[in-house]
Amino acid sequence: MVRLITHNLLACHAKGCTTNNFPLVFKDVQLEIRESEMNPEFLRNFYPKLEWDALVKTAEQLGDTSLPKTQPPIESVDEEFLKALHHVLLEIHVEEGAMTCPNCEHRYGIVSGIPNMLLAEHEVA
Amino acid sequence: MSRPELVAPPEIYYGDSEAKKYTSNSRNQQIQSQMTHRALELLNLPPDQPAFLLDIGCGSGLSGEILDEEGYEWVGVDIAPSMLEVALEREVEGDLFLQDIGQGFGFRPGVFDGAISISVIQWLLNAESSHPTSSPPHRLTRFFTTLHSALRSPSRAVLQFYPSSDDQIELITSIAQKAGFGGGVVVDYPNSKKARKVFLCLFVGGGGGAQSRELPKGLDGEGIEEGEAAARFEKRRERERKRDKSGKRKAVKGGKDWILKKKELYRQRGKEDVPRDSKFTGRKRRITF
Repeated sequence: MVRLITHNLLACHAKGCTTNNFPLVFKDVQLEIRESEMNPEFLRNFYPKLEWDALVKTAEQLGDTSLPKTQPPIESVDEEFLKALHHVLLEIHVEEGAMTCPNCEHRYGIVSGIPNMLLAEHEVA
Repeated sequence: MSRPELVAPPEIYYGDSEAKKYTSNSRNQQIQSQMTHRALELLNLPPDQPAFLLDIGCGSGLSGEILDEEGYEWVGVDIAPSMLEVALEREVEGDLFLQDIGQGFGFRPGVFDGAISISVIQWLLNAESSHPTSSPPHRLTRFFTTLHSALRSPSRAVLQFYPSSDDQIELITSIAQKAGFGGGVVVDYPNSKKARKVFLCLFVGGGGGAQSRELPKGLDGEGIEEGEAAARFEKRRERERKRDKSGKRKAVKGGKDWILKKKELYRQRGKEDVPRDSKFTGRKRRITF
């Protein structure tokens, strides 16, 4: 159940990997679209916390180009836009595959929707 | 009280069978749900905003289910794959991660509106190997510093745990303070052996909400009221025992009420020669030598 909302929060946390460690890059993914109820208030609340560039880039990788390249200011956001955002953030589930760190190339495997974030002993900071 | 954290590391202790057992146990369910509600209360989130929470050691999603009910979006992390599998089967709504909290989190700064953790951080107090990064203080430091940065300012983290000594509480709170947290320990029902619960109530920034930095008060009294504290069948057992003791609802065998009831019953059934009721019915005989 890796959704883009959580992917947008995740950086690599291996030892010494502090720059260029976000966003993690999806590899060999299997997607599943699961509809869910939209909560506009939550989205509005969460809106300023998003890393927009990373979100758009990742969504494009996964084949969704419904979002604009630059983040529109929150005042101009309408219902239609929130719907698209809701779909990208909360309805696209990555079920299988992996995420790799762009910096240290650590591979976080995803099995039945659960990413394995465990590190080996020498990678622990 | 048994201490599973002394038996084996969590990812091994909570194997397939233990994970199922743990989740289907109605007493566990009840206690977990109570503690989750209490933790949410201590979290003191603004009531009108849908918050984004972190459930540390979410296990099979017993606490996550309550977060779903209350309408929060959440992310859960746990180290036991079997527990996460059960959580998947139960179809909780949060995103799940297989993660060792002692290795720290990789979340971007300031993304969570709060964090809860039910019966987890005592597991961080045991060293699994002699490697320097697996010593409890090192793991606790890593855990608290990365947690602190993942939380929004101001906000709170409420961590319920089972310390086995005051030293452990001291170790944990001192490391949390060094990581930048304010706050401290809230003890519910401090005088009750069974109902006593320790909550580490940590503040980032002002501590969230309109309230000051003051630590919330622990609940008092001997324990939670009967029925609320007990699991599903404990209530009935309790009721039956009470009835027997007081002897009011059920007539004591051999007493006058009991005899009258029996005689009435025999008459209804049409038995012959049922003695008539009189003032001597069921009366004690004089002691004779």
